[in-house]
Amino acid sequence: MTAQELPIAGDADVVRVRQLVRTAAVAARLSLVDQTKLVTAASELARNTLTHGGGGSATVEQVSSTIKAGVRVVFHDKGPGIPDIALALTDGYTSANGMGLGLGGAKRLVDTFDIVSSPGEGTTVTVVKWAR
Amino acid sequence: MAAEVFGNVVERCRAEEEELLGRWKEIVAESLRGRMTGVELDKELRDLLDALLSALAAGGGTDPGAEAYGEVRALLGELSRNRAHQGFSPRETAVAVFALKRALRDRIGDEPGFTPLTDLIDELGLITFEVYTRAREEVISNQAEQLLELATPVVKLWHGVVALPLVGTLDSARAQVVMEKLLQTLVDTGSEHAIIDITGVPAVDTQVAQHLLKTVVAARLMGADCIISGIRPQIAQTIVALGIEFGDIATKSTLADALMLAISRSGVDFGAEMAKRGL
Repeated sequence: MTAQELPIAGDADVVRVRQLVRTAAVAARLSLVDQTKLVTAASELARNTLTHGGGGSATVEQVSSTIKAGVRVVFHDKGPGIPDIALALTDGYTSANGMGLGLGGAKRLVDTFDIVSSPGEGTTVTVVKWAR
Repeated sequence: MAAEVFGNVVERCRAEEEELLGRWKEIVAESLRGRMTGVELDKELRDLLDALLSALAAGGGTDPGAEAYGEVRALLGELSRNRAHQGFSPRETAVAVFALKRALRDRIGDEPGFTPLTDLIDELGLITFEVYTRAREEVISNQAEQLLELATPVVKLWHGVVALPLVGTLDSARAQVVMEKLLQTLVDTGSEHAIIDITGVPAVDTQVAQHLLKTVVAARLMGADCIISGIRPQIAQTIVALGIEFGDIATKSTLADALMLAISRSGVDFGAEMAKRGL
């Protein structure tokens, strides 16, 4: 499967991203638990892109190393960016009336978590989940 | 001025109105393949042609947004909306307007005013399309609303025990409907126990969890006790990894377990009750 990009501009798009990630996770033969974890992480990050980044895009693609397959999802927005990433990753810290577990929780749900953000230039979050 | 642009088009159309209408009807009927009665179609097209010719005669000009075309636009809007609601395709809707061009060409194609008139008809065709799309979107959003209502039944499982089986995505709009329905049912049935079953929810993220927790807290404020059931292994692991705490809210893996707990909490001797009912 080649990379597929979806816009994130509304609540319905979050659902669409979730469905695409699930399809990719099934195709990469992730276990049911890993599928659910990746889909949940994607749901958190897509909603962050929407509520904090003011909308953006999600790119879903299957990746493979020499021995295993996985799914990589990249979330990108051109929003205000995150001034303090460590603080944003702290459980219970929220800037939008949520539970404050989304970003940190998403990090715990995936195998590789990478976040690049600078104030005023937007945020890019890349996550990978490998099949066991 | 309009009369100069369109020449003698209006006069010639009026003179051949019946023939023109007949040809137009023929082309439209062909594309609809008998899905509309001849009488209906006749009335629709006759009104439309009459309104169009009157507007032209009144000097409506080439702009279909002009005031003179008000009645034409209204008729077109009605036509498009009807077609959209009856499930006709966009093509079958647009043909009602564009077929007039073919009918006109067959009858008065040699007239100098013919070309500006067809341009005007193109514009009118686009209006049809816009209205059609809007009407279809209305149909879709109505259905989404109906689905929202349908997908959240609150069922009575036992005396004093109601259950809310959730299926699908729990977004903010739906969570609100769900909460309202559950709280209302608690009042209506005088139930003291509510079971929220999430077997049909594919993924529980922080937003879903937050909505669930709020619903439980609201139910508690009304004196009802909530149990969350249908927590599958993969959901349990995801909730742990996310770090969501359900606190002292009772959770069960199956609806059956939750029902047992609710019944025993309401002080019913389960064994005796089963024996009494001959189970």
